[in-house]
Amino acid sequence: MKVRMLVGLALATVVVGASACGSNSTAGSGTTPDSGSSSAGAISGTITVLAASSLTGTFTTLGKDFSALHPGTTVTFSFAGSSALAQQITAGAPADVFASAAPANVQTVADKGDTAGTPVTFAKNQLVIAVKKGNPKGLTSLAAIAKPGVKVALCAAPVPCGAAAKKALDAAGVKLTPVTYEQDVKSALAKVTLGEVDAALVYRTDARAAATSVDGIEFPESAQAINEYPIVALKGAKNPVVAAAFVDYILSDPAQQVLAAAGFQKP
Amino acid sequence: MGLLYRAPWASLPRRLTEPGVLDALRLSLLTATLATLVSLVLGVPLAWILARTTFPGRRLIRALVTVPLVLPPVVGGVALLLVFGRDGLLGRWLDAAFGITLPFTTAGVVVAEAFVAMPFLVITVAGALRGADARYEEAAATLGAGRWTAFRRVTLPLVAPGVAAGAVLCWARALGEFGATITFAGNFPGRTQTMPLAVYLALEQDLDAAIVLSLVLLAVSVTVLVALRERWVSGVL
Repeated sequence: MKVRMLVGLALATVVVGASACGSNSTAGSGTTPDSGSSSAGAISGTITVLAASSLTGTFTTLGKDFSALHPGTTVTFSFAGSSALAQQITAGAPADVFASAAPANVQTVADKGDTAGTPVTFAKNQLVIAVKKGNPKGLTSLAAIAKPGVKVALCAAPVPCGAAAKKALDAAGVKLTPVTYEQDVKSALAKVTLGEVDAALVYRTDARAAATSVDGIEFPESAQAINEYPIVALKGAKNPVVAAAFVDYILSDPAQQVLAAAGFQKP
Repeated sequence: MGLLYRAPWASLPRRLTEPGVLDALRLSLLTATLATLVSLVLGVPLAWILARTTFPGRRLIRALVTVPLVLPPVVGGVALLLVFGRDGLLGRWLDAAFGITLPFTTAGVVVAEAFVAMPFLVITVAGALRGADARYEEAAATLGAGRWTAFRRVTLPLVAPGVAAGAVLCWARALGEFGATITFAGNFPGRTQTMPLAVYLALEQDLDAAIVLSLVLLAVSVTVLVALRERWVSGVL
């Protein structure tokens, strides 16, 4: 299992290294595939990964794991709503990898020609209703939170979790007027943790990450609004070799296990 | 200038009359003006206390008044939530006693904007008061005027330019407030989505819409500042 992954990584590194012939990356081109326990290839350098805010916990861990696997590499992250990140990339923000919570935002970037290669889905996520721990108001369904007097926070429409929430609400035939449209899913969750709203539609992974203060209530209509998370290396990457290696790492088994443990579904 | 260069002039008229734009503008102007009024009512006496009295702890009061100036607005918003939020120190009592909740309401927007903008007013007015000659008030006192009469008819007219300048700065700051508003009052079109919030969200969807909103905000701000006659704020702005 580990050898297969290492060989895969090394092959990818060689392919990218060959195609990036003449680029300014110093290490990584022409590395020989390694067998055994040593890390594959001698890639090094820093990459910037722009990732959806729902990936905050998992990707921070995966970044450390990746750096441990490839000493000499550093991964820096910027977490925000996927639509905000897409806008930053198209405006020229220096980044190597983009991991979005919805294909639409990657499409925005691809339309401007800023992606390098085809986006690959690496995880899926579903919405839950986040309520204060212990569910003091006994909210158990979309219809329950849509009742007048219940304060709900949703993500804004251009943000993936907002789009998914709209799809789920439409599927349930429920008309919900929130008190606020937040700019990313963690802000919506924060409003629940602070006790300012009674409920918010966030991802299962976010509710799990905040399990000490929040309960995630499942509801059936979430199955009709599943978010697919694509990841893609970017054209303006300063370190395309490490970027490609990181993308492959996210698709590999150890990373997939970390994502699954957090509550993400297999792609 | 970048805004003017990049603006979608052809579709400008259509975009300007979209309901969201007018809503956000109306809300922004309303809340900024209300926040300035609140700041005037609270800030002018506060400025007088800081400039004209001495008491132990005055320096602490002055520091507390200036804290919102150095605090990042989002941090201010979080602080407001912790005090005036539904579970907050004072918010809990407000909710229980009067049924008033501030977050996610237009009143909440006014509170957030007043919180960040009032220091501008206090500092400007305190400066003007310190510069004004106290002997005029003393003269009024010898002529039989009480403290309040002296304040009303001698001090205030003396520092009127300073108060006007402070109010303008306060209004401009309140109009542009983003971080505290979105954290404390949330974002809902027509109720709490002020122009800065609308611009930020439009940026993610439609760059042209964001530019139009920014142009409107810029035009309004410049108009107000230009319309201010020099002599009303002479010596201060």
